[in-house]
Amino acid sequence: MSVTGNLPAGHEPEPWIEPGHTYASVTDKISSAVLTRPLGIGWLLGFAFLFSIVMVLNLAIGWLITKGVGIWGINIPIGWGFAIVNFVWWIGIGHAGTLISAILYLLNQKWRTSINRFAEAMTLFAVACAGLFPLIHTGRPWMAYYMFPYPSTMGIWPQFRSPLIWDVFAVSTYGTVSLLFWFVGLLPDLATLRDRAKTRWQQVIFGMLSMGWRGSARHWHRYQSAYLLLAGLATPLVLSVHTVVSFDFAVGIVPGWHTTIFPPYFVAGAIYSGFAMVLTLAIPMRKAYGMEGFITLRHLEQMAKVMLATGLIVAYGYFIEFFMAFYSGNKFDVFLAKQRLHGPYAPFYYALILCNILTPQLLWFKKVRRNIPALFVMSLIINTGMWLERFVIVVISLTRDFMPSAWGRYSPTVWDYATFVGTLGLFTMLIFLFVRGLPAIAISEMRELVHEDSHGSEGHS
Amino acid sequence: MSERRSQLFGVMGEFSTPEDLLAATKKAREAGYKHVEAYTPFPVEGLSEAVGFKWTAVPLLTLAGGLGGGLTGFGLQYWVAAITYPLNIGGRPLNSWPAFIPVTFELTVLGASIFAVFGMLALNKLPQPYHPVFNVERFAQASTDKFFLCIEARDPKFDLAETSRFLQSLHAEHVNEVKDEE
Repeated sequence: MSVTGNLPAGHEPEPWIEPGHTYASVTDKISSAVLTRPLGIGWLLGFAFLFSIVMVLNLAIGWLITKGVGIWGINIPIGWGFAIVNFVWWIGIGHAGTLISAILYLLNQKWRTSINRFAEAMTLFAVACAGLFPLIHTGRPWMAYYMFPYPSTMGIWPQFRSPLIWDVFAVSTYGTVSLLFWFVGLLPDLATLRDRAKTRWQQVIFGMLSMGWRGSARHWHRYQSAYLLLAGLATPLVLSVHTVVSFDFAVGIVPGWHTTIFPPYFVAGAIYSGFAMVLTLAIPMRKAYGMEGFITLRHLEQMAKVMLATGLIVAYGYFIEFFMAFYSGNKFDVFLAKQRLHGPYAPFYYALILCNILTPQLLWFKKVRRNIPALFVMSLIINTGMWLERFVIVVISLTRDFMPSAWGRYSPTVWDYATFVGTLGLFTMLIFLFVRGLPAIAISEMRELVHEDSHGSEGHS
Repeated sequence: MSERRSQLFGVMGEFSTPEDLLAATKKAREAGYKHVEAYTPFPVEGLSEAVGFKWTAVPLLTLAGGLGGGLTGFGLQYWVAAITYPLNIGGRPLNSWPAFIPVTFELTVLGASIFAVFGMLALNKLPQPYHPVFNVERFAQASTDKFFLCIEARDPKFDLAETSRFLQSLHAEHVNEVKDEE
């Protein structure tokens, strides 16, 4: 996937950064959003609104801890419900950040530069929202430490053969490594903010965070070595996380879960929803902070192409699920496939196909890929579709397993919705804080891009 | 500040482009200066070699962290499942190693990443809030758009007047003394 490779001769590609930028102008533009720009009424109102939603989340969790998981719509046979649907959805969204930062870095894709920083922030916030769900779903979150291996006086240890324990390790490792990766990327930019700080408290905070970074050649050498190694380590990690999440399902024998296609199609789905969320956030952000020169139309188009490609892999996954159900001849698998088409939750399945497979085919058209409102709507549709996918997987399989006497129905309660909407509010509130508290675009990498562009080489790709 | 005892740390030249800085750094090394350091707002290819820095232990530390994490991960699971808390389930083997691979993998990546990041910080001697170069007022530009070359006073060839003149001859736009406050 060369950046310029397939263009006809004489056809100049659009630049990845608006022409005319200098080292100082990119630095000014990005750091001013943190250092000098006053808090607008829009930001304040938005923040107040989101803060009130986070209070709803607090209330929902507080009530859950008081009363127990019975306040949710879960009951046997549906033990998982919204909590696991939302967990998988959020952790999937959290995949785009590390993918953009690590995999696109290794592949030398220059367009990652403008979007990697806030995609990584988005990853961290999404992982935080994701981690909340299994924690509170235990019903006794104050005993969640039971899941970690520690020398307990009872002499018991976790069951390391269980995918749920693998999940604990995968998600906590992913959260930690994403945080380290994010911080290493931020380090030179924090030094920039320290040197440009306008007030005493900015100086002190950024001074402490930047650790005395001074950009010496020796510093940069070790820094680049560490960054490249982290990218190499994060690449298999990001693929492993959703694989392990899919094991939570695939290792079980429940019809519709017990399939080998799950790991690759979960990973593709994660990247699909992650890029959709990056677009959902990038489109308003570039507008609000005048970043159109950095996050160009070409960046948005590129992300749309990634969505189209991963969406097709997901479509293939859906197809193979059906094919294998009938090809295997296993009557429970065949029955479950028919339940998706004709059962009580069939409307969700059709909505999923509409959101995740049919609508995104519009992205084949360049006109759609370069139409910003259309892309924004598309990203919301895909996010909805990916949520429906997890709902279909969790609920249809659990309500229709082997014995008709064990069948059931699932409907979420107001507390399920309050918790889900609450995490949406928490996620967006953290994004609001992030864009005003830290540089949302990697400044030092943008300067590098300016340097490379000024030397007329469209990358070393 | 003038009451405090201060000593000379070095002389610093300022440049506007990475190419000028790279050329100046090479010339300084050719002129026989050993203790030179270059400061840039973004990594410049070839600059660390030009200041005479070729090898870093970060990859080795990362390898050690990865091996340590992986061995810890597998060892812990083996010890738990086969030695200290064995559960006989239908006579299945206690050392069911394929089931231990996911956690082993995750802890390998975790160990390697932690060693890479904290190894990099430790080798760079960070956090280090104070450094003499920060005493130069124009050095604040080193994190925006200016490129600095510092020849340090501990260099045997260092001489304040001579070295300043040398930096000027390399077309440095500003030449500043770097003071170190005790």
